[in-house]
Amino acid sequence: MTDLPTDLTRATAAALADALATKAVSSVEVTQAHLDRIAAVDGQVHAYLHVDAEGALAQARAIDERRGAGESLSALAGVPIAVKDVMTTKGLPTTCGSKILEGWIPPYDATVVTKLREAGLPIIGKTNMDEFAMGSSTEHSAYGPSRNPWDLERIPGGSGGGSSSVLASFQAPLATGTDTGGSIRQPAAVTATVGTKPTYGGVSRYGLVALASSLDQAGPCGRTVLDTALLHAVMGGHDPMDSTSIDAPVPPVVEAARAADVRGMRVGVVKELGGKGYQPGVRARFDESVALLEELGAEVVEVSCPNFDYALAAYYLILPSEASSNLAKFDAMRYGLRVLPDGVDDPSAEQVMAATRDAGFGPEVKRRIILGTYALSSGYYDAYYGSAQKVRALIAQDFANAYEQVDVLVSPTAPTTAFKLGDKLEDPMAMYLNDIATIPANLAGVPGMSIPSGLADEDGLPAGIQILAPATKDERLYSVGAALEAALVDRWGGPILDRAPELGGVAAAKGA
Amino acid sequence: MTAVATDAVMDYDEAMAKFDPVMGLEVHVELHTATKMFCGCPTGFGAEPNSQVCPVCLGLPGALPVVNEKAVESAMRIGLALNCEIAEWCRFARKNYFYPDMPKNFQTSQYDEPIAYGGYLDVELEDGSIYRVEIERAHMEEDTGKSLHIGGATGRIHGADHSLVDYNRAGIPLIEIVTKPMVGAGERAPEVAKAYVSALRDLLRALDVSDVKMEQGSMRCDANVSLRPKVGDPLSSEQLAVPLGTRTETKNVNSLRSVERAVRYEISRHAAILDAGGSVLQETRHWHEDTGITTSGRVKSDAEDYRYFPEPDLVPVAPTREMVEALRATLPEPPGQRRKRLQSDWGYSDLEMRDVMNAGAVELIEETVAAGASAGAAKKWWLGEPSRRANAEGQDIVTYAAALGFTPAHVAELDALVTSGRLNDSMARQVLDGVLAGEGTPTAVADARGLELVKDDGALEAAVDKVIETNPDVAAKIRDGKVQAAGALIGQVMKEMKGQADAGKARELILAKLQ
Ligand SMILES: [Zn+2]
Repeated sequence: MTDLPTDLTRATAAALADALATKAVSSVEVTQAHLDRIAAVDGQVHAYLHVDAEGALAQARAIDERRGAGESLSALAGVPIAVKDVMTTKGLPTTCGSKILEGWIPPYDATVVTKLREAGLPIIGKTNMDEFAMGSSTEHSAYGPSRNPWDLERIPGGSGGGSSSVLASFQAPLATGTDTGGSIRQPAAVTATVGTKPTYGGVSRYGLVALASSLDQAGPCGRTVLDTALLHAVMGGHDPMDSTSIDAPVPPVVEAARAADVRGMRVGVVKELGGKGYQPGVRARFDESVALLEELGAEVVEVSCPNFDYALAAYYLILPSEASSNLAKFDAMRYGLRVLPDGVDDPSAEQVMAATRDAGFGPEVKRRIILGTYALSSGYYDAYYGSAQKVRALIAQDFANAYEQVDVLVSPTAPTTAFKLGDKLEDPMAMYLNDIATIPANLAGVPGMSIPSGLADEDGLPAGIQILAPATKDERLYSVGAALEAALVDRWGGPILDRAPELGGVAAAKGA
Repeated sequence: MTAVATDAVMDYDEAMAKFDPVMGLEVHVELHTATKMFCGCPTGFGAEPNSQVCPVCLGLPGALPVVNEKAVESAMRIGLALNCEIAEWCRFARKNYFYPDMPKNFQTSQYDEPIAYGGYLDVELEDGSIYRVEIERAHMEEDTGKSLHIGGATGRIHGADHSLVDYNRAGIPLIEIVTKPMVGAGERAPEVAKAYVSALRDLLRALDVSDVKMEQGSMRCDANVSLRPKVGDPLSSEQLAVPLGTRTETKNVNSLRSVERAVRYEISRHAAILDAGGSVLQETRHWHEDTGITTSGRVKSDAEDYRYFPEPDLVPVAPTREMVEALRATLPEPPGQRRKRLQSDWGYSDLEMRDVMNAGAVELIEETVAAGASAGAAKKWWLGEPSRRANAEGQDIVTYAAALGFTPAHVAELDALVTSGRLNDSMARQVLDGVLAGEGTPTAVADARGLELVKDDGALEAAVDKVIETNPDVAAKIRDGKVQAAGALIGQVMKEMKGQADAGKARELILAKLQ
């Protein structure tokens, strides 16, 4: 058993779980420590949109009581968690980073949230995100961007930048994310944290406010591979409320993370991901990681996935198409924002809908709704949506071919380290290119993970390595991720996140 | 009410002399599954507004649909009963448009992959001839909510102060059945339209998949009508080769009679426009039951674009062939075939069979015959007093009888009491009154009221003797061979016997004594 650090917020979820199980620490203490940390640093980071101190402490108290009464509890019972604001939480605001849902309190929990509650994880708050998960920086949040704890002038990734910055600034030991084109993995990469996009259908989408239904996948975010696996096991599994949910047990992710064994595994380096446009420091850390895997006993080969070159183009047709339909429900008729048009007496329902959508959606959301509406229009459907679906099938075929040769694929997670806030805001294409390596997995429905690979020489900022596995073989991500993580911790003399600067003006957090 | 400019119409016969009508009917049927198409909410009619809703059918953010297997089964049975092919693999699609009574602002429907396609329904017309309606497709979709416009005179959205929406109906499973263009009906087009909807209703009722109540909206019909110049006989190759004219789609046609009237009206209206050299506007028309006319709705241009795409929240429906065959085995006998079989079994004339059909008493008579009564007696008893009373109550006979606890077994028992000679006809009517009044079974009522034909020939003979004695003039006439005069004596004998005598036997005795 690991010894707990004096500062409970520095502990891993696995260590906290062990300490809670032996009653060395209470859930109330752990939860309170994180609430104190939030009070101290979130003014700078802006990772949370809503903090539920009272609710989290009440759940913590209930878990402590149950444990005190001798009940046997799940592995993570009592470990607090932050939930991305795209998941519905009964009684807690859910805005998806949009003005159009400001003040909306869902009457029901997402299945993932139900599972978290049943497993006894106190929900500490809701994390910031790009509006409706459209973005790679949180700059498209209607409530202002989150900031990267490594450099507050830089982006924490997106859309799940709230969850990644929560973890990187020790404001929660675990967080949930959703990944439509990289929204779990890219934020993990730029903050030196870990995130998994499970196999499509591996985690229920019920209660996830949909961006693109065929691409969206909820997944776990943590600071270590084992923590992420523990959360994956809680979140995953079949849900009869989600027709696309896989009716099979969660893959043995925790066992794989604990075994951390890559001996004899065949690892494919994707030729198409990592060349032009990739920052040298990112590429260097990636090459080192691949070399480490070879040292650990994996067999490394290069594989080609030629259709990945068309992934971004296909993605930016499929995603807006589905999003334009998914976001039609926000019409001011039943919930959320309602805006009356200026200078219209007695407005019609249609006029109220138009005025509300105009005022409630941000520019990126409008851009994608317009793109999607256009792509689905009769006369254009075959050329755009139809062709994109064909590309999608070809990308799935590329994966299938690759997995005949190798067990997992690897690439840098994102082409660059965290860029500066505002740098790409005026150039949507540059922003979209940030997801170039993560998008193919969503198009094919295969699982992917990002773990820290080190710091880039040129800017000293974190870089990430992406591991991809065949559908339903999520455990392979954890075998490779945990083995590589251990080797990198050895090489860097500790977790890479330990090298993040202490946030300015914050005294060392008080011990427990 | 605001005045609506009345369109010019051409006399129907004149229109038929100049034009050939082509129709297409789209019928929406609400399935009576216990739960909605994509969620577990109940579907009962007439519940408190917005009491049968959940995150899914309210379209709340994050909610996802799950297909109701029972509804898919019903859809396949409908398809099979309409002689359709059942798709081996098909998907739902989203039909995108904004409307306040549509919670998601898209309707989950089917587009180019319907569950059933390529069938037909043979429809019997009034003269006994058969018109084959080709079925294009039957597909699954969900119903919308219902808007109620408050204020304003017409109950329509224009002029209303505000609107209320009831989402109880949102998500109720719907099957849309679409015909191919119905050609060759000629002047009988309105009759064919009505006969088709009527036959479809009978079929769906026999399948037990829907309440098929047009007045409650569980079956709704949209009628497409177009005209083309008449160049020959409706079924001639020259006529069939003439391109179709511009069509209008008349919505809200919610009774069988309205289907016929609306088609007829639109034919006359189109004819007037075309005859004057104008062109028909492709549009939606609203049918007005009260005035018998249609008025312009929204213009249906080719630019209307629902941006259909496959529903990514649902998995494809892929029924196995074994499943399809198992469902085929559950199909009831087609109503037309069944009607013919019963009519022949029962020996009814066409008129008698139509009376039974109109009274809705086919099943009751079938059960009564099964319980041992003759078909003639079954018809006589059901179409008599019980039907009269049901009509007076404004109920159908089945509902009326069920509420009273009056069963086919009762009718069979009553008939047995007559055929066994215990009761005569007028006594049986008294017994029926007693049964309908809740006094018990026919035997119990007869016992309690002491109703029984007198079997004792002594008493009857004494009565006959007495009547002959007190009516010597009549007796003399009979002796002279005027046998028909016996009727007067029989009446008096029955009076003496207080009705409890067998009139036939009395006649025999009188004639025996006087001849
Ligand atoms: Zn519902």
